[in-house]
Amino acid sequence: MPETEVNPTHSKSTGLPRKRFYRARAHSNPLSDSHFPVPISPSHVDYSLHYPQFFPSAGQANNSKKIQFADIGCGFGGLLISLSTLFPETLMIGMELRDKVTEYVKERILALRVANPGQYQNVSVVRTNSMKYIPNYFEKAQLTKMFFLFPDPHFKEKNHRRRVISPHLLDEYAYALEVGGIIYTITDVEELGEWMKSCLENHPMFEALSEKELEADPVVKLLSSATEEGQKVARNGGQTFPAIFRRIVPSDQTP
Amino acid sequence: MEEREEATKDVEVAPALIAVHPHQRSVAVAIGPDLRVFDLHASAAVSLVDDSGGPFHSDSIRAARFGAKGKLFVSAGDDKIVKIWSTEFWRCFCTVSSEKRVCAVAISIDGSYVCFADKFGVVWIVDLTGYDGNQPLGDKKATAILSHYCSIITRLEFSPDGRFIVSADRDFKIRVTVFSKRPLNGAHEIQSFCLGHTEFVSCLAFVHGQDCPQDFLLSGSGDSTVRLWDISSGALLDTCEVSIKAGLLESSGEAQENDHAITDLCTVLDSLLVAVAVQSLQGIVLVSCNHSARTLSVAKVVPFAGEAFVPIGLGYCPSEGILWMITGASSLPRSSCPSLARVRVISGFDVEQEPAVVEDDKVPGGEKLLETLQGTVSVNGNVFLEAAEAVKTAMCNLLIKKQYPAENRDFRKRTRNDRKFKP
Ligand SMILES: C[S@@+](CC[C@H](N)C(=O)[O-])C[C@H]1O[C@@H](n2cnc3c(N)ncnc32)[C@H](O)[C@@H]1O
Repeated sequence: MPETEVNPTHSKSTGLPRKRFYRARAHSNPLSDSHFPVPISPSHVDYSLHYPQFFPSAGQANNSKKIQFADIGCGFGGLLISLSTLFPETLMIGMELRDKVTEYVKERILALRVANPGQYQNVSVVRTNSMKYIPNYFEKAQLTKMFFLFPDPHFKEKNHRRRVISPHLLDEYAYALEVGGIIYTITDVEELGEWMKSCLENHPMFEALSEKELEADPVVKLLSSATEEGQKVARNGGQTFPAIFRRIVPSDQTP
Repeated sequence: MEEREEATKDVEVAPALIAVHPHQRSVAVAIGPDLRVFDLHASAAVSLVDDSGGPFHSDSIRAARFGAKGKLFVSAGDDKIVKIWSTEFWRCFCTVSSEKRVCAVAISIDGSYVCFADKFGVVWIVDLTGYDGNQPLGDKKATAILSHYCSIITRLEFSPDGRFIVSADRDFKIRVTVFSKRPLNGAHEIQSFCLGHTEFVSCLAFVHGQDCPQDFLLSGSGDSTVRLWDISSGALLDTCEVSIKAGLLESSGEAQENDHAITDLCTVLDSLLVAVAVQSLQGIVLVSCNHSARTLSVAKVVPFAGEAFVPIGLGYCPSEGILWMITGASSLPRSSCPSLARVRVISGFDVEQEPAVVEDDKVPGGEKLLETLQGTVSVNGNVFLEAAEAVKTAMCNLLIKKQYPAENRDFRKRTRNDRKFKP
């Protein structure tokens, strides 16, 4: 904190927000209607609020930089923090449904910006329901990477439609991703891993990355290590099931 | 608890619907579970025949329309069945069941597919390719092709070139999806989203350019605007604030929020004009559409003198230059007459003439038609105002999200039945 006022929700030694003040219910129902502001269209997203260093004043039209990475259901934001320094010139955003968790990530980023001047300016977070509002945030082919790390499993058959990876939702992700863009998914729930993989395999606009490509991609290693959920699974020695696919042009479109 | 079907009485109120054959061979009205068709060539009421072996509609019809060529007709609604009719002899040759209530339908331009949307935002397709129009089709299953996640789809429309299927929803959104050559495999490729409305989208229509091959999309919304879109990019070309520009806000004094939602629109006169029905307005707003300049502007309001009549549904017949309008509803609460329909027409859109409402005896088909479609010839204006008001309430309840203040929300949670412990 710049002023030395004591913030009880932040650690005294590091200035970082403490997670226990931001915990909420573990799972929330993405189908219930919550009320939070939703931008009317991607051009209504105020970049100067999210990335003040890149966009010093509101409505800066000459800066054509756009968000390129989206971490869907970002939780406490560990992945974004790691990606921020790995891709310092890329704008990235976390989308999180839980209000308190989103607040935590916001505070975390602000604290990191203060502690590390010039860094972490390219990351931000919004509270939203990604299952409904992706098209309000991103234009067609705007994103180069989308992340779905350790999403809620929704085991019961009748709740499968709450899953963030589903055949119909993949249409929207394919819309937001540029051709060649990559969708990263990982889970420690084997059944969900199978589900995500088969949804992606059966979708005409995605194809799996080859072993070689996976090895060459520095982001792949972060999937199981960078997020809070990933670290928990690793501590318990759990197995993980990744599925990583590339956005392609559907074959009935190629001449 | 899953998304509740709103069980309040007002939502059960179903607006009366009207559909006009593209060459005005017949006019159909749906009111509650009733489908009424008048054959203008034979000048007689049509008796519907069901060859499909399925049941007739047993609950409110929520969508009813002709295909582009007029050979097919589809009706569907709260009873979760979709009935497909051949208009030649008005035989229903196919009844498809849906898992959920159906709220919108569309027929592909070539007549090969019927699509319908259910209340959970899923769009389904029924394959009619190779159907010769004579035999009843056996059991037909619908296949899901796309989904608006947990939204209510309000309209479905095919682009005139047949390349796209357009779906509009209560979350202010219009999705334009490529309708592929093998649509049973799904409609995965999203061409664009048309975003700009700030309330539910209630109606869609295409405008054809006279000298330019590009078709633009029109949409009407609960935000009282009509908007013009380029569907290939999703770009918003123009916004017409119908209720402000037509002077409705002044005339009604302190306008309430959502008082002037657009309920329906359709293009007239080769797309030079757009007829717009507005909630609470006893008249029709004519918006002129300048295709080459890509602009919309209010041309005039055609007021209805005399009888109180708030149109809620529209249909236009290009060959005759006649605009058909309907008001009315079924399942009206607190009414002596639970279902009401009133049909009127406007003619005289030709440039030299002034469009005007036609007297009942001058309506094509005359009083016989009115008796068939309305169920009666005699009308009492006030009950229709009540009906229009009930439709308005139902529409708002269904499509506008309730804003619960935080304390209220907590209270709702605590009192929700599914959370209550058994004593
Ligand atoms: C199990 S956590 C994983 C968090 C993080 N990705 C990680 O690996 O640590 C899943 C997160 O997704 C969020 N979530 C669930 N549905 C969502 C939705 N529809 N939109 C946005 N976030 C959602 C939940 O609130 C939760 O924080």
